[in-house]
Amino acid sequence: MTKSHIKVTINGKTVEALVEPRTLLIHFLREQQNLTGAHIGCDTGHCGACTVDMDEMSVKSCMTFAVQAHGASITTIEGVANADGTLSALQEGFRMMHGLQCGYCTPGMILRAHRLLQENPNPTEDEIRNGIAGNLCRCTGYVNIVKAIQYAAAKINGTPFQEAAE
Amino acid sequence: MIPGTFDYHRPTTVESAVALLLQLGEDARPLAGGHSLIPLMKTRLAAPEHLVDLGAIEGLHRVERIGDDVVIGAMTTQHSVINSSLLADLVPILRETALVIADPQIRYKGTIGGNCANGDPGNDMPALMQCLGASYTLTGTGGNRQVSARDFYLGAYETALAPGEILTEIRIPIPPTGHGYGYEKLKRKVGDYATAAAAVVITMAAGTCTSASIGLTNVSETPLWAAEAARILVGSTLDVATVDAAVAAAEAITTPASDMRGPAEYRTKMAGVMLRRALGRARVRATV
Ligand SMILES: Cc1cc2nc3c(=O)[nH]c(=O)nc-3n(C[C@H](O)[C@H](O)[C@H](O)COP(=O)(O)OP(=O)(O)OC[C@H]3O[C@@H](n4cnc5c(N)ncnc54)[C@H](O)[C@@H]3O)c2cc1C
Ligand code: FES
Ligand code: FES
Repeated sequence: MTKSHIKVTINGKTVEALVEPRTLLIHFLREQQNLTGAHIGCDTGHCGACTVDMDEMSVKSCMTFAVQAHGASITTIEGVANADGTLSALQEGFRMMHGLQCGYCTPGMILRAHRLLQENPNPTEDEIRNGIAGNLCRCTGYVNIVKAIQYAAAKINGTPFQEAAE
Repeated sequence: MIPGTFDYHRPTTVESAVALLLQLGEDARPLAGGHSLIPLMKTRLAAPEHLVDLGAIEGLHRVERIGDDVVIGAMTTQHSVINSSLLADLVPILRETALVIADPQIRYKGTIGGNCANGDPGNDMPALMQCLGASYTLTGTGGNRQVSARDFYLGAYETALAPGEILTEIRIPIPPTGHGYGYEKLKRKVGDYATAAAAVVITMAAGTCTSASIGLTNVSETPLWAAEAARILVGSTLDVATVDAAVAAAEAITTPASDMRGPAEYRTKMAGVMLRRALGRARVRATV
């Protein structure tokens, strides 16, 4: 078994590394890059806690080999905040709308919602619920997660948002 | 869960991919989106010694119309299928089916070629391909051959692919303008394989069904093309007695396993219910 050389851009920084081909992207990020924001929930592709953004796709990093990310550009939760360190619209939305309790699903939810809003800047509640159908939350019941995403969409679009968190 | 060790290859042409697969022999497998293969490798149900990643081969990501067919490159993702306006116009049942496969993340990576080549009876695309009369282009070191989706599936995880061959494209004859269609899938939750599912394409003229094709998902070791059920529909007005007879004919060819999705008898009945619903939707959509 030969190690593979990979070059990936993670949160804007280019990284080169030698990886065993069997190394999963989630393990590469967490253990080799010390980016522990993306979580391992189910390890079977169901829960979405490991979701990262890769070349403009939301990807479950527990179902992807690091070698498959060669040449790709990846964003993790560590790269989501604004350049000046303030919270992004989505992060602020999750905070203001109480879109998290234990927080385990949150990095995956935010990265998935990020891509959803890039593709559909003004989603309906139904489109949000379908858009995050691959992300499970054991705590919130989703209502406030949906509101958090609506809050972020309104903030990005510069439209008013009055809904209170439940 | 960590897969066994393997060597990774990333060819950039179909020729080099098939040459590699032939040379490496049985211990090598193509890797497409990885969303069926990687779960098997993580549980060590599969332990290939070599993976030949098809992801860097350029010509395999494409959707185009060629004459009366649409041709879809094997590495086209479900996400691209859903967002293709060409496919939405010409073969809209592809989008309807892709939308009930897994979840958004898996659809960004999972490919139509991987879904069709995998041979898992739970995959949704194979029965649809049988319904549409699609054919697969299989490429080996000796060149291409065409195999109909209706002849491709031999058993669970057993297909007509010869050692060293890859599926490079899917050719779908464009259904007539005004055709009706429906893909109905019963699943327990998002990201679940079908308890049973049915794909239907029909044409109608002056209130009479002039052609019909039906595929069934996950109610046998292979996808099923329900030719007899479709034959019963043709020439009728899709009246209750005829639909009942077609549903009975479709149920009769199912041989589902009893599993956590339900006992075999239930899954057979659900195949009938899915067919009835898909047919109802197809009829409403068909231009009469
Ligand atoms: C949580 C979860 C839920 C899912 N739910 C569904 C569902 O509801 N319906 C459904 O249909 N699927 C479902 N899937 C499976 C998913 O759609 C897979 O993406 C698909 O079955 C395989 O496509 P792939 O591109 O990922 O192929 P891979 O996993 O890379 O490959 C699958 C197999 O096909 C072979 N192969 C791949 N491409 C080719 C080719 N071009 N030529 C020859 N051989 C090839 C590989 O060697 C491998 O044996 C689910 C997966 C997960 C993880
Ligand atoms: S840990 Fe990847 S989907 Fe659950
Ligand atoms: S906040 Fe606990 S899993 Fe979502």
